[in-house]
Amino acid sequence: MFDQLSERLQATLSDVRSRGKLTEADVDSAMREIRLALLEADVNFKVVKSFTAALKERCLEAEVLGSLNPGQQVVKIVDEELTALMGGVGSELAFAANGPTVILMAGLQGSGKTTACAKLAHYFAKDGKDVALAACDVYRPAAIEQLVSIGERAGAHVYQQGADSDPVEIAAWALDRAREERRDVLIVDTAGRLHIDEDLMAELARIRKRTKPHDVLLVVDAMTGQDAVGVAESFAEVAEFDGIVMTKLDGDARGGAALSVKAVTGKPIMFASTGEKLPDFDRFHPERMASRILGMGDVLSLIEKAEQEVDQRQTEDLQKKLESDSFTLEDLLKQMRQVRKLGPLSSLLGMMPGMGAMKQIKNADVSEGELDRVEAIILSMTPAERADPSLINGSRRKRIANGSGTKIQQVKQLIKQFEQMRKMMRQMVSGKIPNAQQLAQTTSEVQRPRVRRR
Amino acid sequence: MVERLEHEVEAGAVPADGAAVRERLIEILAEVASTGRGPIDLSGEPAVLLMVGVNGTGKTTTIGKVAWHLSKELGLSVLLAAGDTYRAAASEQLDKWAERAGVELVGSTSGGDPGAVAFDAITAARARNVDVVIVDTAGRLHTQGDLMDELGKVRRVIAKQVPGAPHETLIVIDATTGQNGLRQAKVFAEAVDVDGVVLTKLDGTAKGGIVLAIASELGIPVKLIGTGESLEDLRPFDPADFARALLSE
Repeated sequence: MFDQLSERLQATLSDVRSRGKLTEADVDSAMREIRLALLEADVNFKVVKSFTAALKERCLEAEVLGSLNPGQQVVKIVDEELTALMGGVGSELAFAANGPTVILMAGLQGSGKTTACAKLAHYFAKDGKDVALAACDVYRPAAIEQLVSIGERAGAHVYQQGADSDPVEIAAWALDRAREERRDVLIVDTAGRLHIDEDLMAELARIRKRTKPHDVLLVVDAMTGQDAVGVAESFAEVAEFDGIVMTKLDGDARGGAALSVKAVTGKPIMFASTGEKLPDFDRFHPERMASRILGMGDVLSLIEKAEQEVDQRQTEDLQKKLESDSFTLEDLLKQMRQVRKLGPLSSLLGMMPGMGAMKQIKNADVSEGELDRVEAIILSMTPAERADPSLINGSRRKRIANGSGTKIQQVKQLIKQFEQMRKMMRQMVSGKIPNAQQLAQTTSEVQRPRVRRR
Repeated sequence: MVERLEHEVEAGAVPADGAAVRERLIEILAEVASTGRGPIDLSGEPAVLLMVGVNGTGKTTTIGKVAWHLSKELGLSVLLAAGDTYRAAASEQLDKWAERAGVELVGSTSGGDPGAVAFDAITAARARNVDVVIVDTAGRLHTQGDLMDELGKVRRVIAKQVPGAPHETLIVIDATTGQNGLRQAKVFAEAVDVDGVVLTKLDGTAKGGIVLAIASELGIPVKLIGTGESLEDLRPFDPADFARALLSE
């Protein structure tokens, strides 16, 4: 996420950090670099200007320059200012005191509203809430069918009247039904509309008036360029939205939209959508995003995810196995599956401090396909082989390679790496923690066996 | 570009007044934008068009419009292939466009194999003597390696069916896209040999300046522009108009 921006900011800051003393000229040149990095990332130029001005002012305060470690101070200030730029400490949705909480979703065509509606429904449903969706996009062909299909997958009820009714009436009718059926949340999907389309914007205002939503969320594609600001401003006027859902953050968007919209509209980013699947959706935490951009990792999110997904008992088992040095390939397989439940590896690595900057990992094509291959190889082994890989001789290797559709060398490679991994674990248990560099090397080797393919 | 303009002004080739410089700048921009332009190739039998792009740029809508133009204005018979087997109701969406445009459709079920859909569509097109097949694909972010590989496979399936196919691979780019658009075009071009760009949503406030970078750095020209949600809101790209719009406020 925001790799390019992240890289440039980190380079600038590590330069600043390496200095024992900072002069005004040093700060000036760092600010120039930061300004360029932000502009290249499509951040709105007005936002860049005021951001760097505020940053500079704070950095030049006497206590910063005179402090023992001015570079560190500057990094801290950049972190704080970036957090503030993206909305400060996470803001909360408003909930109804009684009756259904109504959330209205709006945005341009193709920003991902319908998908975001279903993901939001899934997010609430996961918490045990009874969620309903109102299908008010009567313009795009098959939009209603899409919402019905993914809405149901998300565990929500979908209220729809086909494409021939008036969206305002559908919304009002859906709200009545949600009240009758005592739903906890009603999410209203609307058609994508251009912010300059007066008729459709007026319709959106009418939907807003009729349903009196507790929250209006604007859905914004993270890849939007300089235009994002104008769009957000227009929607702010008509729809008076309360927060933003940032979508397609799993692409290599530069971050311009994410860094600009709060400053321009004063409304925070509340949710981030980071993948194709329903669970790839979560609260947006500006402070965590800021530290990710600055390469300080996002351990908090990682822990939260792990708590949600990882089976506690299995983890304890594993711990015991590690201590007694009886970790087998079978355990590796279990472990891999657990970790993969947390989401794509590349996004996990982004949450680890310093990992983003590590060359080996960046260049290692952390593709899920490689992990599938490792799984396939282990699955093609007999239980005895998994427990004791030393059993695996030439003919067994051949069978495993055939069974998993891989090459003999790849099987060999995996076993070799597994042995290395065990060795390292033994060191870890005995208190000698291997350095990150070493770890990174093993990981990248596991993912990229040194075999010439094709 | 700026350097070239400055140079020309200094050399006296362009008079040093605002309006003239502006006109020349428009000319230069238009020249860059018109890199390697060519009409859409419909020579195959059937001609196969492959539409690709990231999520939400307007691929399906564009296909509906292209189909309408080919059938209404050029009198060609058209068949659409619902190759987006991922997104819920994508096939239904394309079906509605096929109905509006009055063309045929080879549908698909959710979770099916997009290569198989393309295969079936081309086989059907042959049997029914259809002139043009347009293959829709699921939107995918260019950062998803396996999905890009899948796209390469769809292309190979098509290439095996008809010599020289796909005759035209078009990437659909949303005009509101920022600098990221260049990366999109580059990665898609690596996966499927993109012949041209369809720039959509130009009816908003976005001007789509990113296609200049795509044309000058990758040599991929814009072929069509989308300016609305109706069937007729599709036009050939005019570099001069585009350059003028880019400079207007």
